[in-house]
Amino acid sequence: MQRIGVFICHCGTNIAATVDVKAVAEALGREPGVVFSTDYQYMCSESGQTLMRDAIREHKLTGVVVCSCSPRMHEATFRKAAEKEGLNPYMVEIANIREQVSWIHKDIAEATEKAIILGRAAIAKVHLNKPLTAGESPVTKRALVIGGGIAGIQTALDIAEAGFEVDIVEKEPTIGGKMAQIDKTFPTLDCAACILTPKMVDVAQNEKIRIFSYSEVESVKGFVGNFKVAIRKKARYVDEEKCTGCGICTEKCPQKKVPNAFNMGLDTRRAIYIPFAQAVPKVATIDANYCTMMKTGKCGICQKFCGVGAIDYTQKDQIVEREYGAIVAATGFNPMKPTQYDELGYATCEDVVTSLELERLMNAAGPTAGTLLRPSDKKHPHTVVFVQCVGSRCDAENEKGKPYCSKICCMYTAKHAMLIREKYPDTEVYVFYIDVRTPGKNFDEFYRRAVEQYGVHYIKGQVGKVVEENGTLKVQASDLLSGEQLHIDADLVVLATAVEPDKSARSIATMLTASMDTNDFFTEAHAKLRPVESPTAGIFLSGVCQGPKDIPETVSQASAAAAKVIGLLAKDKLTCNPCVAESDEMLCNGCSSCEKVCPYGAITYADKEFRGPNRTTLIRRVASVNAAVCQGCGACTVACPSGAMDLKGFSNRQIMAEVDAICKM
Amino acid sequence: MSHDKKQAVLDEILRASGVDVRKCMRCGKCTATCPAFDEMEYHPHQFVYMVEKGEIDKLAASPSIFKCLSCFACMERCPRQVEPAKLIEAVRLSVIRAKGANHLTPEQIPALLDEDLPQQAITSAFRKYSK
Amino acid sequence: MKFSYYPGCTLKTKAKDLDRYARLSCAALGVELAELPEWQCCGAVYPMAKDEIATKLSSVRALASARDLGTDLVTLCSACHNVIKQVNNDMRTNADVQLRANNYLKLDTPYVGETNVLHFLEMLRDRVGFDELKKKVTNPLTGRKIGAYYGCLLLRPSKVMAMDDAENPTIIEDFIRAIGATPVVYGMRNECCGGYITLEDKESAQKRSNAVLESAKAKGADTVVTACPLCLYNLKKNGGCDGVGVVYFTELLAEALGVK
Repeated sequence: MQRIGVFICHCGTNIAATVDVKAVAEALGREPGVVFSTDYQYMCSESGQTLMRDAIREHKLTGVVVCSCSPRMHEATFRKAAEKEGLNPYMVEIANIREQVSWIHKDIAEATEKAIILGRAAIAKVHLNKPLTAGESPVTKRALVIGGGIAGIQTALDIAEAGFEVDIVEKEPTIGGKMAQIDKTFPTLDCAACILTPKMVDVAQNEKIRIFSYSEVESVKGFVGNFKVAIRKKARYVDEEKCTGCGICTEKCPQKKVPNAFNMGLDTRRAIYIPFAQAVPKVATIDANYCTMMKTGKCGICQKFCGVGAIDYTQKDQIVEREYGAIVAATGFNPMKPTQYDELGYATCEDVVTSLELERLMNAAGPTAGTLLRPSDKKHPHTVVFVQCVGSRCDAENEKGKPYCSKICCMYTAKHAMLIREKYPDTEVYVFYIDVRTPGKNFDEFYRRAVEQYGVHYIKGQVGKVVEENGTLKVQASDLLSGEQLHIDADLVVLATAVEPDKSARSIATMLTASMDTNDFFTEAHAKLRPVESPTAGIFLSGVCQGPKDIPETVSQASAAAAKVIGLLAKDKLTCNPCVAESDEMLCNGCSSCEKVCPYGAITYADKEFRGPNRTTLIRRVASVNAAVCQGCGACTVACPSGAMDLKGFSNRQIMAEVDAICKM
Repeated sequence: MSHDKKQAVLDEILRASGVDVRKCMRCGKCTATCPAFDEMEYHPHQFVYMVEKGEIDKLAASPSIFKCLSCFACMERCPRQVEPAKLIEAVRLSVIRAKGANHLTPEQIPALLDEDLPQQAITSAFRKYSK
Repeated sequence: MKFSYYPGCTLKTKAKDLDRYARLSCAALGVELAELPEWQCCGAVYPMAKDEIATKLSSVRALASARDLGTDLVTLCSACHNVIKQVNNDMRTNADVQLRANNYLKLDTPYVGETNVLHFLEMLRDRVGFDELKKKVTNPLTGRKIGAYYGCLLLRPSKVMAMDDAENPTIIEDFIRAIGATPVVYGMRNECCGGYITLEDKESAQKRSNAVLESAKAKGADTVVTACPLCLYNLKKNGGCDGVGVVYFTELLAEALGVK
């Protein structure tokens, strides 16, 4: 028989205002096996813990039940306190009477009754608890960063700075991401390339960092500290080791009509290309969809001109297996294509562009060499209309748009408006907004400068229709403050479209068993207190893949994720969760149900010899659990038809005892 | 009008239209896209806001309710699925459903006809203007 | 290929051409359009209010009758199509309308939205196929520059009409290509012509219709096609734009098929 102590926490008034804590202590004190029961104002405080430790000692307790907040908050606190008194930490159980009782009930009698029932269930469970000992697993001291934009770059640099190896896997031929496409950055207006490219060079030169460019994650196995990742290095038909990035091939290639993705399709590039001058690695890539040699077997000009023999039309995709202790998702975003909002004319009018397209139209390395010329006739626009919130802030049932605010558009539009007015003072600039959202250091000041110093016309209202007629974009919009419908003849219309997570994020999240929200942003372990960790151990989040953010915020979060990774990699061993599944081989019927449902690949089957009747030997196929891989989710225990699978710390008997205790009135 | 009566009228408008006015984020896209803007005294976004404030009497007295073309542009383009046209229809119905309040009577029709005018126009107008 | 067909009242009077050319074309395409027995006027505008029941009943009757005949229902006039498709959606998704409409009608078998409603254009695209149509064209309208005029009723509300992208549609443009002409895409193709406002406020209808035709003309259209008698009226009578003709799409179809 256990000797159980019960401790009821008031949590100030959080619990005590709704639950009669004295009555709970008294009722639970009468439960079989309970030798001590009390209540206290703050069980988690130093004195609360001392109270518990004293009771364990004085009453020779073998089990403890704390009725308090969620175990996510203080289970570890109470287990540590019990351990100090020589009690196995897994002999402590929490009954959550705050989140599950006091915060959701109003009636005191009802809440008190429920608190007693939950406490009784925890007591019933402790009766069946067994001491558990956590094992240890080693840590591979290398991190993987998926995505080589500014988020991935910053995370990798910080991890490398701490002395650990980092690999960056980037699906494009170069690192740099969206920031490399941006012209200037708010709120200081420094050139994006000027501040990004030194970091890209740092990455390239850092001995601890290895870049897998033009590569994708193929599969992920293992668990925190011990991930095994297969990386597909896509064939670029150029030997990365030999290519010097001289660019002669990209000048000689006769296939000139490939849409240039780096310039948002606003101009063309060759079939063999280096995305931009400062690309890292500076290695050419052949676009097999357009290369004449790859398609017809006739051409070979790039090979002829390559001075180092780097061109290899026979190159195949390559799979590289690497081991990591931690993985960082930094998969980034794309601006939504506004083709479904053709009342704004994007699909049918050349001079309706997205904000990222405008960045290229303003960039010195862009298709117009930095002179703002509109796409249709390459003329300088004299009236420019910006439309905010295209596809953002939509109703959840609106199939076209996103329910969230994309966060960055107000600021980059102010930047665009300002830059246009600065460079071309003869241009009238209108910004149609719903709200101007500028929380950030020096952000509102920046927006006000656009209005007050640069004379940008900010109009509260939306654009309802854009029609192109004889080279003019007829913009019909509302001006809510004056109550007018405006008709503006514009030369260029710029749509600030919603930010959406990169399409690759969903499949990567599945491989990582990391959770996502309905918008395909990665979910953090705690929205406020663990914002850079995924709920899946060993997976960390960096940048827009977790939610819309600007560059300063992305860089902060990237460094925060790095700090978490460093904290993990600095450990030599990790304590495992002892609450893992175990199979009773005598009951196992070898059906493989558990193996199929296990999301972690922790279950394997093997033929084993068993003693049969009359001194015979039987060979039976039975399941066994790799305790180091098992995360204790319990899926296998539910799937097992013969009841052979059980979860330590949450055994079938323990759970049934809890249910019985709850049902016993 | 007493407060209770006002509330009853408002409830009726909300029920008949099926519109949740609280979804509106006041972006004004409905008004920006409305082809009948010039002819209206109160514009689609104002319908939503004034219904929210309970100012049905003002809307009901306005010629705006007969100017909506029922082209569904505001409904289609509203990012929040507010559907202002349904509110305008509900207010218009609340007016013409009253006895003797028809906006168009059969006696007026002959003067409005021309030889090409399709029946569809007259039928639509009766549906929109009379009960 | 056999369909029930709902012509609607205007097609029996002022818009006989819309109907006649459709029938001639169907004969040439091997499509049988069987006019519903005893159809009634749909009311021309969809009653949006949740409590409107009586005004939806004629549509329900047509829908139930097509169901009883075991055929899909083809409509031609944009307004009829809009009303009947929206009412059908109510009968499928709105339990209250479904119950009350059936209480009124007392049909042998209650109607719960079983009928599939197709616009004539959808029938051409999804059943006949524009590629098949192209093969049957004997008199391709080569060189003609034609603007599709969708107006408001064919496409909106897009969730219910589910015919095409409401903002960037292609169905009529693809039709124009199939009959050998060149489609002209212009911004006002899905904006309102003024509709029934022509009765009350000619000036307003003129403004709307002119805006549509100017937009089509600016993009080089010589003709604008429509599926709606009221659109045709407004564009011709209230719009009127030199050098841009306005015709029913079925007329061009008949012409291309050599049956005009």
